[in-house]
Amino acid sequence: MFAYYLRLGWRSLRRNPLLTALMVFAIGVGVAASATTFAVFHAASGNPLPDKSAQLFVPQIDIWGPASRSAGRDLPDALSYPDAMALMRDHKAARQTAIYPMASTAIPQDPTREPFAVNGYAAYADFFPMFEAPFLYGNGWNASQDEAHAGVVVISRALNQQLFGGANSVGRTIRLDDHDYRVVGVLDEWNPRPRFYDVNNSDGFSDPPDFFVPFTRAIDLQTETNGNSNCYGSAGRDAGWKGWIQSDCVWVSFWAELPNRAAVTAYHDYLMAYASEQQRVGRFHWAPFVQLHDLMQWLDYEKVVPPETRISMLLSLGFLLVCLVNTVGLLLAKFMRRAAEIGVRRALGASRREIWLQYLAEALMIGVAGGVVGLVLTGVGMLGIGLVFDPDIARLARMSPSVIGLTLLTAVVTTLAAALYPTWRAARVQPAWQLKAN
Amino acid sequence: MHIQPILAALRRHKAGTVLIALQIALTLAIVCNALFIINQRLAHIDEPSGVDEANLFVIANQWGEQYSTQEAVERIEQDLVTLRQLPGVQDVTSSNNYPIRGISNDNFITMTPDQRAPTSDAAYYMGDANFVRTLGLKLIAGRDFRPEEVQNQGLRQTVDPSVAIISKAMATKLFPNSDALGKHFYAMTPNPITVIGIVDVLHRGDVSTWSAPYIGESMIVPVRPADPYGIYYIVRTKPGQLAAAMRAAPKALYAENRMRMIDPKDGLLSFAQVRHRAFESDRGMAILMSIICIVLLAITAAGIIGLTSFWVGQRRRQIGVRRALGATHRDIMQYFMTENLLISLGGLAIGVVLAFGLNLWLHIHLELKVLPLTYVLGGTVILLLLGQGAVFAPALRASRVPPIEATRPA
Repeated sequence: MFAYYLRLGWRSLRRNPLLTALMVFAIGVGVAASATTFAVFHAASGNPLPDKSAQLFVPQIDIWGPASRSAGRDLPDALSYPDAMALMRDHKAARQTAIYPMASTAIPQDPTREPFAVNGYAAYADFFPMFEAPFLYGNGWNASQDEAHAGVVVISRALNQQLFGGANSVGRTIRLDDHDYRVVGVLDEWNPRPRFYDVNNSDGFSDPPDFFVPFTRAIDLQTETNGNSNCYGSAGRDAGWKGWIQSDCVWVSFWAELPNRAAVTAYHDYLMAYASEQQRVGRFHWAPFVQLHDLMQWLDYEKVVPPETRISMLLSLGFLLVCLVNTVGLLLAKFMRRAAEIGVRRALGASRREIWLQYLAEALMIGVAGGVVGLVLTGVGMLGIGLVFDPDIARLARMSPSVIGLTLLTAVVTTLAAALYPTWRAARVQPAWQLKAN
Repeated sequence: MHIQPILAALRRHKAGTVLIALQIALTLAIVCNALFIINQRLAHIDEPSGVDEANLFVIANQWGEQYSTQEAVERIEQDLVTLRQLPGVQDVTSSNNYPIRGISNDNFITMTPDQRAPTSDAAYYMGDANFVRTLGLKLIAGRDFRPEEVQNQGLRQTVDPSVAIISKAMATKLFPNSDALGKHFYAMTPNPITVIGIVDVLHRGDVSTWSAPYIGESMIVPVRPADPYGIYYIVRTKPGQLAAAMRAAPKALYAENRMRMIDPKDGLLSFAQVRHRAFESDRGMAILMSIICIVLLAITAAGIIGLTSFWVGQRRRQIGVRRALGATHRDIMQYFMTENLLISLGGLAIGVVLAFGLNLWLHIHLELKVLPLTYVLGGTVILLLLGQGAVFAPALRASRVPPIEATRPA
């Protein structure tokens, strides 16, 4: 019987090709706009480390005082070097690492090859297990190498490819700027999106880093940060590197792994105690104030999802809503035009249920057709998406099976929802009245 | 035209009427906000940089070796000579940054050394005696830097400039009631900085929303950044010779000293490219919003046409009766036009509320500014015209229904 209803629906839709095309197109456009913007939003707002994100925390300390926040500014989103070192020393979390981004020049051993720019991070040994970085060869360095300020390096698969042709390079030496480093590990493909541990410096979607070196070593070599550095107040600091690392300028990211609720509370208490101590010794002239964000809260705090992405998705959903209202109106017109036909069917014994089935089958066909049009338009949208959104984010949005499924499902479900009222009206047609009117 | 019978007829088509009104209301809400966003983005894209964009290009030069401050200064001076000798090059300067690069170096500005809340957060350009001339900035008061004023600043050295050239916007912010020339301020520096010159317009390095309160507030200090990482060379060419000079510049630099890196992706940019990159997301947003507006209006118009056509088809007999009783083509036409006008007005009344509601939401959650009334009025007019335009064809068809229809069975 359902197949028969589909045939009836097909006939009915062919009777007004223009109206049908309009409905299908409206649904297709609405669904495509929503699916495209949603894909971008989803790509930008995903959880980069789902199994661990609730255990990774970023501490913030109010080192500049309430006056620094007078103009609606927030707490600094990084730590000063002395604070980061104090937190590392106290070692109150299960794992912890201070991080900062650095830019270097890789000097190939082959003198005929030109030096090239590479980007990396200075970090502690805990970085790799904490963030679940996968290794292709070797491993990260260990804590004693942190303490020894060892000249070791972990390189990315891409840099390993470039320098060593992809061979196992553990134990070999690479030259960054004017210093040699021994390779202890080669990472497998690893590029969490967004790169949560660096969102206070970058948009989080740029190219993955090439290397990691021990933080202690990078500081020994007086390596500049390649990220943001913020200094507050006009009070001068001592000249040179020493003045820089002793200053209250913030430029060091800090992450702590806190496995459970109790650990989080304890760490928060520890931070408060630390800030109180700073107040007691006269460094802070204000009440201690600290914050602890977990990974997803941190992404939110750093506004990793650009406002453009949210506005686009919101307006696209509004757009879909208009398309649906439009469809409700057109379906209503289409169904009620056949009131007489419904009257005859009802008089001949069709139940309300049968009418429901018949007209929902017709709507289903529109929904499926709209979904197909929507898919095509989503494909077009994905091609043009780089024009509209940040290309770094846009390239993450792909025609994945889930996007395809979502597009089709949205089209069918919303069309059926739009058909509910018109079908209800159709099923309520009084056979006697219709027959009489004729 | 009597409105009474139209209203009576509409009461019999409640669902259709409500749907059209709702569609118009939602469309108005979205279109007003989208148009507002488009306009804001376009205004942002058009922000003047203050520099001679048509004839400028920028080289981001990174060193392949670590130089001492003195070595870096020598290399930079050598590079500047090399670039200046290229055919078509008019002037060259070096700096730590350039306008609308996308990232600012900025310093808090205070009027006294111990002031806590800063007066401004100005973009901080380090330039030599050629900076103003090369960029084509318009010096409206005071003087340019003298070559002997320019100090070299190596890595982690703090040079304490005593003079600065500031933009007019910054001068107005710092000294709203008086001439800024010769006055002092502090830029996170221990000693006061004297204003020796004012340039008309000089955009910040960034184009972000956070710096909107400080838009156009920039300062130049006579400092040459000589750190071992790198520097920007800003080159001004003679009119029409930009492309040729851009091709020649990296070759000449590499020929002179191979130990450098000019990123193949963004190491060499004309200022047109700089502007393009800076406002990419704004342009994208404007494009997306325009597409949404146009398609939305088209779908709403098509929806009105569809439903009105249906009503006309449904009422052929009644139209025939009216025609038989003496109604003219014009009367029938007017009936449908007025009917649409009434529905539209109802929808627009709801739409105005929705438009401000949506704007309020965007304002609270996504920092969109408050929607000016003109956009709502504009949107209302657009939708009224759209409705009348859309209903025209079905209304015309209705007016052509012959009186004989009155005698035919429905």
